[in-house]
Formats: sequence, structure tokens, C-alpha cells
Amino acid sequence: MTRGAQAKTENVAGDGLLSALAAIYPAERILTRPAELAAYECDALTSFRASPRAVVLAQSAEEVVETVRACHRLGVPFVARGSGTSLSGGSLPIAEGIVIALNRLNRILELDPEQRTAVVEPGAINSQVTAAAAPHNLFYAPDPSSQSICSIGGNVAFNAGGAHCLKHGMTSSSVLGAKVVLPDGELVELGGESIEPVGPDWLGLFVGSEGMFGVALEITLRLMPSADATRTVLSAYESLEAAGEAAAAVVAAGLLPVAMEIMDKLAIEAAEGSVKPGYPEGIEALLIVELEGDHETVDREFEQLLEVLEGAGATELREPEDDDQRALYWEGRKSAFSAVGWLSPDYIVQDGVVPRTRLGEALAEIGRLSEENGIRVANVFHAGDGNLHPLILFKGSEEGALQRAEELAGEILRMCIRLGGSVTGEHGIAMEKRAFLPEMFDEEDIEAMRRLWRAVDPGQIANRGKMFLPEEEPERAEAADPDGAPSSPAVAGTAGPPTDGGSERRGDGERTER
Amino acid sequence: MSASLRADAIEEAQAALRGHERVLARGGGTKPALSSPPEGTVTLDVSGLTGIEDYDPEELTFTARAGTPLGEIEDALAENGQYLPFDPPLVAAGATLGGAVAAGTSGPLRYRGGGVRDFILGVRFLDGEGRIVRAGGRVVKNAAGFDLSKLMVGSAGRLGVMVELSFKVFPQPQAWATLTVDCAGLDEALALIGALATAPFDLEALDLEPPGRLWLRLAGLADAMPERLERLEGILERSGERLEGEQEGAVWSEVRDFAWVVQDAAIVKVALVPKRVRELEAKLEPLAVERRYGAGANIAWLAWPGERAAQELDDLLRSLGLAGVFLTGSPARPMVGTHRGGAFAQRVKSALDPSGRFPEV
Ligand SMILES: Cc1cc2nc3c(=O)[nH]c(=O)nc-3n(C[C@H](O)[C@H](O)[C@H](O)COP(=O)(O)OP(=O)(O)OC[C@H]3O[C@@H](n4cnc5c(N)ncnc54)[C@H](O)[C@@H]3O)c2cc1C
Ligand SMILES: Cc1cc2nc3c(=O)[nH]c(=O)nc-3n(C[C@H](O)[C@H](O)[C@H](O)COP(=O)(O)OP(=O)(O)OC[C@H]3O[C@@H](n4cnc5c(N)ncnc54)[C@H](O)[C@@H]3O)c2cc1C
Repeated sequence: MTRGAQAKTENVAGDGLLSALAAIYPAERILTRPAELAAYECDALTSFRASPRAVVLAQSAEEVVETVRACHRLGVPFVARGSGTSLSGGSLPIAEGIVIALNRLNRILELDPEQRTAVVEPGAINSQVTAAAAPHNLFYAPDPSSQSICSIGGNVAFNAGGAHCLKHGMTSSSVLGAKVVLPDGELVELGGESIEPVGPDWLGLFVGSEGMFGVALEITLRLMPSADATRTVLSAYESLEAAGEAAAAVVAAGLLPVAMEIMDKLAIEAAEGSVKPGYPEGIEALLIVELEGDHETVDREFEQLLEVLEGAGATELREPEDDDQRALYWEGRKSAFSAVGWLSPDYIVQDGVVPRTRLGEALAEIGRLSEENGIRVANVFHAGDGNLHPLILFKGSEEGALQRAEELAGEILRMCIRLGGSVTGEHGIAMEKRAFLPEMFDEEDIEAMRRLWRAVDPGQIANRGKMFLPEEEPERAEAADPDGAPSSPAVAGTAGPPTDGGSERRGDGERTER
Repeated sequence: MSASLRADAIEEAQAALRGHERVLARGGGTKPALSSPPEGTVTLDVSGLTGIEDYDPEELTFTARAGTPLGEIEDALAENGQYLPFDPPLVAAGATLGGAVAAGTSGPLRYRGGGVRDFILGVRFLDGEGRIVRAGGRVVKNAAGFDLSKLMVGSAGRLGVMVELSFKVFPQPQAWATLTVDCAGLDEALALIGALATAPFDLEALDLEPPGRLWLRLAGLADAMPERLERLEGILERSGERLEGEQEGAVWSEVRDFAWVVQDAAIVKVALVPKRVRELEAKLEPLAVERRYGAGANIAWLAWPGERAAQELDDLLRSLGLAGVFLTGSPARPMVGTHRGGAFAQRVKSALDPSGRFPEV
């Protein structure tokens, strides 16, 4: 999928793109030199790279609108980019198109505690919304592990989730309204301020549309009041399956934790190697459960929770001593993806979902596949909603290692479909799982989705090439299995943790030729 | 009276769609403003598409056909100590699952639990050409493909005929309790709603009966209830009247099923936020329209008098920039006021219903 990084010049296309951009932006906010473009040639899925014709650094909604209109006029595809932390190639540039960088459009425009709403620009960073709301005893619920760098616009495009979405819902449940520029430059308002919409839920369709329905320019968010009390417990198990079954037992007991996460031995090891959360030592699997609510209720339910966890075979139960320790426990969990870089130079992050009653079974199967293929797999995931994140470890420099890792990833996704789940819980389809959409949905279903995209984006310029396999795709033909099953996803994570300013982050330079 | 067809199987519904130029689905017919077909439109009765297909109590999810009465679903859930937290109205009146989704109506518990949109997981529906489209899934989390399930919420039969729906559910709380407090007037009531918005206290429902009565509903462990009620009164800086047990449940059932709406009035839902309540009140007060605010004043429920034209409310809501929908009565078009969506809405509609079989949104 890698396309050459050569800078395309005006002469090549001759469509007047650069002069159109120059009419909108000062020269220093139009990037065209290869060295400048390099920072944008991939997102957190670094095995897909492409160099766009230009990157524009937008500073106002008007500039974004003008840019989209110019793209539409000239038939040039565009990719909106927030912080570039997508794990599925969502913000991968299109070689013949441009990238509209939104990270400078990052203001919180309005915060109204009594209505519990915040209005933000699309490049606003997730955790900054909560920081702004905190003095009012409010917070922004969706908390992807990348929350300190990812943008609200990217969250909206991917309907991002996080550990605490188990109770509070995904991004979609926390977005009330959006101003959007459609791919042909038309402006629309979707949703509003109320938590209860009237009429068809157009906004609900826009959220999760992976940047293919246009660019969100302004987003109205729902805030939640901070809970009166929070109780967290670390619960240790002798096997990953046992931890999975304990999670299922908590759900079945009628408890509604705000978060319920599992880490296996490898993931714990990685966390201890970096953040050093101080989890129980020498254990096979860790289940983290958090309850939230009125203290009168939570204190009582916590006793019940401990009983369920013990009944499910916990070998150790540990409560954090204070809020700082609780925060550290969570940091250990949330830094797990990047921490795995301590264990392996390269890895693939998978995002499949299984029914939570079948977690134990799914984890045992992943263990079996890992052993059978001799490939290490670290597991760290949202147990409460059955959303797995197997991290498939490999060494990209080893001949064929990426391909073997991808094959294993594909096996795991197929298992998720077989168990009645989904190929993605929160990271989206984008490039990475395009080949798997047809395994989950019938052709008719996908055709309906394509029809929607064509209707909303008649020029097919918004994030073209994502989510759906191109109708004719020569590049994929040679990779396809002879029996017609889609090839495994051409994906690889990178060991380079996106520590700061995701959009400025460079890949590790290693190019995966496909 | 327009013609009516009945479909007891998906193929029959497909055939009905393909054989007629204008079609509108009807479930239980409890929301006639939405399900009464415009002139020249055939009614497609889908209340025969019934049955719970899959319900795994341990998974807290179910899949049922769209015509399944909500009552049947609530009963099955209750047997396992579970419920629909979005609290759909008109269950006893015979509302169906598909009708509840298409009407997009949530009840008082929406305040904390979330609305229909927050619990729907997947859908199978027929588009305007009779093609079957599946979106979403049966698991509680899923980001594959466009979220057409959410689009069906509030679509009022104008974007597709739903045949099957998947939902997540929650365990029933052990106990319920309600506190009512009377404020000196609207301003004081709204100030309390504002204070509660940022208070560290879990409320399941927060309704305002104007001008100044607040209804606050709590759920959870029975043991914890007395302490919580006391703490709530502390936050409110006043004591209220407490309701518990059967009487408490009955009060909310009546609210949910609009028992307070006078006989020939039409039920209208309006979306707003607390800071808009004063303006709406100023317009409604002189008209003697019965009303009630739900979900912490994020919804206004109006009983629009039978003798007043729907157009009058349409104009009134437009002047405030608010959106509303008639559930009952016989307005020319159920959607009133200022609706959003613009070109996006038109394009989505044209993709799902290219021949314009369903009525306009
Ligand atoms: C270490 C790490 C941990 C992560 N953990 C999680 C997690 O727990 N949960 C989770 O859900 N994800 C997680 N992710 C994935 C990623 O952070 C999310 O998908 C996030 O929502 C992407 O935000 P972004 O600003 O980086 O978007 P980008 O990568 O810049 O863009 C993502 C997509 O959104 C589109 N887009 C961006 N802005 C807009 C806009 N304004 N309007 C329309 N479309 C737009 C882009 O075109 C692209 O398709 C993680 C990623 C990393 C690297
Ligand atoms: C006395 C009375 C009291 C009522 N009280 C309330 C109340 O308190 N709260 C409230 O919200 N509503 C109330 N309603 C309205 C009604 O109960 C709701 O609209 C109900 O949920 C609709 O469900 P239904 O199956 O009866 O839908 P219908 O009335 O049959 O249809 C409602 C809408 O859904 C569409 N529809 C139905 N089934 C499908 C399907 N399978 N696919 C696509 N579209 C479909 C119809 O086209 C129509 O637009 C009341 C109605 C009456 C008569």
C-alpha cells in the first residue's frame, strides 16, 4: 500500500490546487516539501504510508470550509487530521490529495455547567475538555487511552471509546451537536444542545463515519457530573480465562461497573517496565474493576463486588490507598499500548469484540493461536464490553514476520465474527480492516453504506479509499487468498509510543513494502 | 381512509414496498400522528413481525423483531431482573419496539440512563426499494460501518421499515424512591435544576411540573435509600415529600404514559435545554397548554389542545428555534419547529429512499 513519498508538484496535476490553497492560506501554513510532509505520511498505524500533495494548517473554520470547497471544485481528495493517533489508518493521507490539519483549531469555545455542555473546536484535545470542566465538578466521559493527545474531531469520526465507556457510553453518547462542512462545501448543523433529539438522529449517523461525511467544525459535547464516590479494585487470577470469566460474573451479578479492564502477564510486565504502576507481582492476569456513584450505594456494592471476584477465584484483591495510587493504576493500564514497545520492536493492535459471556473462550483461543504460531500476544482490553485488544508482537526486521503476525491477527478477527462479535469496537475500519467488512456484512449491506457515502459525497473526495475496498483494487489482488477470503489486514503498530504532539510524531522510518 | 396492508413476514413487507408507490409502516398505532399515512399512502402494518429471537440475560442484550410489543419485551426482561433503561412510553397502549425506535421516544429515566439512541445496538431494515440492510451488531460495542441503527431512532418510518432490532439492557435496580419539592416559582425550580446538574448525586429522573414542582427519582440499594434521600435534601437545602413502593411506581407510570394529557389534546415532544424553558413558558402560559419537562428540562412534553392548529405550534417553535414532533393528533406533518440536518438529511434520505416511497421527514 505504500505509495512513493515523492512530492507531487503543481506541474504533475496541473489542476491549480496549490494556487487555490495559496488564496486561502499564508505560505507558511501550506506544507509541500518532502521533509515537512514526512510528519504527516502516516498515523499510529505506521505500516501504511503515503505522502500527500500538500498539508494545510487550518486556523479557522472558514479556512477549512474554503479548503473543502476548493477540493470539491478541483476534484482533489482530502483527509481531515486531528492528532493522527488513529490505529487503523484513518488519517493516512491520500497521495493525490491533501491533508487538512485541524490541530490548531483547538479552542474550547464555551462551557455551560448548568446545561452540562461544552462547545469545542475539532482539534481540541480530549483531556483538555475534562480539565476545563473539572472546576465545575463535571467531566467529559469518553476516555480513550490516547486522551492526552487525541482530538475531539478524531474521537467523533471514530466514535472513540475508553475504559470508562462501559457505563457512560461511547463518544456518540456524549456528542449533542455538530457543525459540519459536507464534502462539497455545504454547511449543515446536526443535533443541538438537548440530550434528547427530535427527528431522525442525523448526528448519530455522522458520529463514527470515519471522516467520509465531511469535516466537523464545531462540536457540542455533553458533560457529566463527577461521581460522589469511586472505588477501584485490582483482582489477580491464575489464568487469563479465569479473569475473563470473573468479568462475565460481575456483569451477570447485575453490577454496573464504570470500568472493567483486563491485562495479561505480558501487558503487566510491559506496564511495570515503563509506568511502574505497582500491580500485584507474579500473577497471570489482572482484572481492574471500578465502581462509581453515590457513596452510600458504592460502599455497599463494593462489598458485593469483592464477593463476586473472590467467588470467581481471585488470588489477590487490592484497593488503591488513595486517589494518586488509583491514578497510577489507571496510567499503567492506559499506557499499555505504548509500553508494549518495551517488549517488542513492532506489534499489531487488534480491536475485535466478542459477546462478554464468551470472553473466557475467546481468550483461550487467542492463547492457543499464539502458541500454535509461536508468536507472542499481549492482551490488554475492555473486558466489561468484550472489546479485546490483542497486541501481536513481532520483529519487523525479520523476514516474513509482519505477514505471520497479520495472519494471526486475521485469525483472531475471524474468531470474533464467528462468536457473534465485531471486527472493531472502537478503532474503526479505515484502511486496516477494509478487507474484513465483507466478512461481517453482506454485500447488500455494504452497498447501502456505499450508496450513503456517494449521496453525501458525490465527488467521493472525503477520505476516499477508506472503509470500503476500492471497487477495483489492483494492489490487493495479488495479496488475496486463492480461495477468495480477504487477505489478513496489512497493518502493523509501531513500538514508538506517541508520547507527545501526535501530529508531529514521526514514524520509525521503517517502510513496509506491500 | 387509505389502504392498509399487513406483513407477517419480511418477504411480504418487501413485496408490499415494491408493489406500492407510497408506503408508511405502522406498529401498534399508538403514535397516530406519526403512523397515520398522508393522502395516497398505503399503511404497512408490521405488527405481525413479532417475537424475541435471542435474549441472553447474562449478556444483557436481546434481538427481537420490530413488531414485538414492548410489553412482551419488558415482561421477558423483568423475569430476569432486567429492564429497558430508556423507559419507552405507551407500553400498555400496545407500542411496539420498532414504533418506539421510529418515534424516538424515551421516558423519564432517560435523564441518567440515556435514550433509545444509547441502547440500540443493531438493526435490520428495508429501505425504500425493499432491499434488506443490516447495520450494527448484537454485541454491546461495535464500530464497524456507518451507524445506521442510530439513524433509525426518530426516523418515524420515513427512512426505512425496521424488521429486527438488537438492544442492550440494564439490571433492574433493587429499589426506587422519589422526592417531590415545591419551589416558589419557575426561577427557583430552574436554579435547583442548575445546581443539581453539577452536584455529586445520582438521579435517575428529574422532571419539572411548571411552574415550580420538581420530581426527583432515585434508584439503587434499598438500604442506602434513606441516607441518600437525606443527603439530597441537603443539596436542595429543603425537605420534600417522599414517595416509595407501589405508589411511587404508579406515579411514574402515569407520567410515562401521559395520563396527565387531557383527552382531545395531542402529545408533542420538544427538545430544549434548561436555559430555554423561560422563553417557552412565556409563550405557552397565555395559551393554557398543559406541559411538563423531563430529563432535567431537556425535553418539554406538551398537551397541544385539539382546537388549536398544529401550524400555530409550528410557528411558535420556529420563533424560538426549537424542534418538536407530534406523537398523537392529526397534524399535516408531525415534525414542527426548526429541524436541523439540512443537505445532509436530504442526501441520506435520497440514498435510502430514492423513489420517495416513504413520506417526507
Ligand atoms: C496509544 C494509543 C491508545 C489509543 N487508545 C484508544 C482507546 O482507548 N480507545 C479508542 O477508541 N481509540 C484509541 N486509540 C485510537 C485513536 O486515539 C482514536 O481513534 C482517536 O479518536 C483518534 O483521534 P485523532 O485526533 O488522533 O484522529 P486522527 O487520527 O487525526 O483522525 C482519525 C480519523 O478522524 C478523521 N477526523 C479527524 N478530525 C475530524 C473532523 N474534525 N471531522 C471529521 N473527521 C475527522 C480523520 O480523517 C481520520 O479518519 C489509541 C491510539 C493510540 C496511539
Ligand atoms: C393514548 C395514547 C397515549 C400515548 N402516549 C404516549 C406517550 O406517553 N409517549 C410516547 O412517546 N408516545 C405516546 N403515544 C404515542 C405512541 O405510543 C408511540 O408513538 C408508540 O411508541 C409508537 O409505537 P407504535 O408501535 O404504536 O408505533 P406507531 O404509532 O405504529 O408508529 C409510530 C411511528 O413509528 C413508525 N414505525 C412503526 N413501526 C415501524 C417499523 N417497524 N419500522 C419503521 N417505522 C415504524 C411509524 O411509521 C410511525 O412513524 C401515545 C399514543 C396514544 C394513542
